[in-house]
Amino acid sequence: MSTVTLVCLVLVSIGALLTTVRLVIGPSVADRVVATDLLLTLLTMGAGILSARTGTGTYLIVMVVIAVLGFLGTAMVARFIEGRGP
Amino acid sequence: MTALEVLAAVCLLLGSGLALLSGVGIVRLPDVFARMHAATKPATLGLVLVCIGVACVDTSLADITKLVLVVVLQFLTAPVGAHMVGRASYRIGGLLDPDTVIDESDV
Repeated sequence: MSTVTLVCLVLVSIGALLTTVRLVIGPSVADRVVATDLLLTLLTMGAGILSARTGTGTYLIVMVVIAVLGFLGTAMVARFIEGRGP
Repeated sequence: MTALEVLAAVCLLLGSGLALLSGVGIVRLPDVFARMHAATKPATLGLVLVCIGVACVDTSLADITKLVLVVVLQFLTAPVGAHMVGRASYRIGGLLDPDTVIDESDV
C-alpha cells in the first residue's frame, strides 16, 4: 500500500507542477483562475492520498475546508473578471 | 493484500492518473475553454475515485462521513464554479482560439 500511495503522490505532484506552469505563463486572468482551481483540486486529492498512506483521518477535514474555500475563490474572481475585462 | 486494499489501490491510481492527464491537458490545449474541459474532469471523477480509495482503507464512520461531505460539496460547487468562469471568459471576449470552427453562442 505504501508503494501505491507513493506512486499516486508522484503522479499528482507532476500534474500540479504542469498546472503551475500554466499558472505562470497563462496569457489571461481566466487561464490563471482555471489553473488555480485545478491546483486546489489536486491539493484535495493529495491530502486524501496522504490520509490513505498514513492511515489516519487527520487530513480529511482539510479536504472539506479546501472544497469550500476553493469554490468561494473561484466564484469571486469570476465575478471580478466579468466586470473588469481580461 | 485483501480485496478491499486492491480496490483502494486501483481507485487511487486511477484518480492520480486523471490528475496527471489534467496537468498535461491544461498545458497543451489551445484556449481557456479547452483548458477548462481538461481541468474539470479530476474535480469530480478524480476526487470521487480518490475518496472511494481512502474510504476502503479508512473504514471508521467519522472518516467516511467527512469523505461523503467532500464529495457532496464538490459535486455541488464544481459545475457552478466552472460555469461562472466559462461565462465570464466568454463575455470578456477575444479568448477563443483562432482555429475555432463554430461559435454557437455568437448570435
